[in-house]
Amino acid sequence: MPPPIRRISLEQAPTVVPEPAASNGNGHAAAATRSAASAAAIERMRCDQVTIAYGQKVAVNRVELPIRQGEVLALIGPSGCGKTTLLRSLNRLTELTPSAARGGRISLDGEDVDTLEVTELRRRVSMVFQQPNPFPMTVFDNVAYALRDGASRRPRKPALAEPVEHALRRAGLWDEVKDNLDHPALRLSGGQQQRLCIARALAAQPEVLLMDEPCSALDPVSTTTIEQLILELREQIAVVIVTHNLQQAQRVADHVAFMYLGELVEYGPSEQIFHAPQAQRTRDYVHGAFG
Amino acid sequence: MHASAELAGPSRRTRPRDSAASWPLADRIGLGLCWAAGVTLTLLATAIVLYMGVKGISQLHLSYLFQHPTADVDQSKSGGFLDPIEGTLLLTAIGTAIAVPIGTGVALWLVEYGRPAPLARTVESAVEIIAGAPSIVIAVFGLVVFSQPAFAFLSFRATGADAAFGRSFVIAGAAMSLLALPLVVGAVREALLQVPNHLREASLALGKTVGATIRRVLLPAVRPGIATGTALGMGRIIGDTAIVILLLGNTLGTESADGGLPGFRLLRGTGSTLTSYIYGNSPAGEGGAPEKAYAAAFVLLALVIALNVLATRLARGNLSALTGGAAWTR
Repeated sequence: MPPPIRRISLEQAPTVVPEPAASNGNGHAAAATRSAASAAAIERMRCDQVTIAYGQKVAVNRVELPIRQGEVLALIGPSGCGKTTLLRSLNRLTELTPSAARGGRISLDGEDVDTLEVTELRRRVSMVFQQPNPFPMTVFDNVAYALRDGASRRPRKPALAEPVEHALRRAGLWDEVKDNLDHPALRLSGGQQQRLCIARALAAQPEVLLMDEPCSALDPVSTTTIEQLILELREQIAVVIVTHNLQQAQRVADHVAFMYLGELVEYGPSEQIFHAPQAQRTRDYVHGAFG
Repeated sequence: MHASAELAGPSRRTRPRDSAASWPLADRIGLGLCWAAGVTLTLLATAIVLYMGVKGISQLHLSYLFQHPTADVDQSKSGGFLDPIEGTLLLTAIGTAIAVPIGTGVALWLVEYGRPAPLARTVESAVEIIAGAPSIVIAVFGLVVFSQPAFAFLSFRATGADAAFGRSFVIAGAAMSLLALPLVVGAVREALLQVPNHLREASLALGKTVGATIRRVLLPAVRPGIATGTALGMGRIIGDTAIVILLLGNTLGTESADGGLPGFRLLRGTGSTLTSYIYGNSPAGEGGAPEKAYAAAFVLLALVIALNVLATRLARGNLSALTGGAAWTR
């Protein structure tokens, strides 16, 4: 893998073997490394009293949340707690659902996202989905599509070779696909497809990367690769990840937001949420009392 | 020994239950009827293909494919059916050229926009009505519309009357496109509904507009659907007779119209197709040359079967060429 900004050596990397919280020192060490990173964090996005409803049903209820560059924010909570809805509202994808309505304010670098051109907002706040979803085109074009304007086929391939390579390198996929750039992207394996989707999302140089359970459809090896990648990316951009997997949240997140029934129950450093949760519901959830 | 008996045990027990012999009488009769229906249909199809094949090949001379037809009672002098083949191909080309873009557009609008909902429902019913309309009804309607003097530029002005002739390749092709349209809409619509929603969202999440998403992501994804719809629509156009007889002038040879733009003369002209040629030469028509009708019918059947095979191939093959046989997880 090429050096993006800072490589995380294997000894330093948080363990990828699922282990119960607080039972070994390794997790603490990783958390400590992470809090060092979050000290330099810059706030990029902020949710102010964000409420999202589908018709009469309130999915997200008055959530306050900062999203910082230099750290990974994990949204956790049981199914249907509104974490995906909240994530999708950050780049206004919720607007695609006709019945969804949003209140409150979401800002990107202090600007209300509603005042931004939606295409510009989404280029700055990119997203990776739960299912790998490469477009029906070649590996190269999948990434180039994000770099080109609209439906245009320009700039042509030679001009884009470098940025495409850069994006694929950042996603740790370059070595695997550099000889097959003209192959249909759907011929890649699931893990490669998902990394291609990450490369695609990174190609346009976003400031925030939203990830909606990016590993839930993948095998453990691909999951490890992608988690490594997330840790490398947080230096350059703000990463928000929705996950059902508490071990994963523990491995990659600097800050964790626990949501329950649309409300933000607790927000804090990963260490606090997993080792010393303040709220009873958080304690029950992270200890597996419900889910 | 013991183990093998145990293994054989359950299968021996389930085998009679699987066989229809243990079914209730009514179920067995039902199964028999379904079986008979399937076999009958297969036999019928085989009979048609074999009969037309034997009759057609024995009557078909290769020269028929390259000779112009002439109106002669002596069948040795009445020529082949080059013009009807030309007519069939030209009409199919015009019909699909109109139907495929419009049909794809309608399907895209229905699936990707579809608002206001009442309008979408109206459009859907309109497509269904066109799909259900007999081609003779479309032909008569076309004749009424295109006989209006305003449409004289598509055929020619009838002498001594304030009306257009109302018959030409473009006019027949336009009417034919209505036959193909619902098939294209249906196939593309199905294909669009198969595309998982997160694929659209992935494109939008890159800051693309709906238009760019349709052009670069959805259209490539539904290309097999478009191909299927096109092939099905072509089959429908090739097989139709009513529109040819009413709207193509049903002249034996392909006749270009006089005057007008040079390239447009043929399109404004009249002609025949294989179907109308078969009709004309069959005992029902005035030609009375069943041998030639059989030969032409064989060519027509071969053309339609080839298109069906092509449609199946495209539906299966095109997507896998594009995706490597894989598809998106829904």
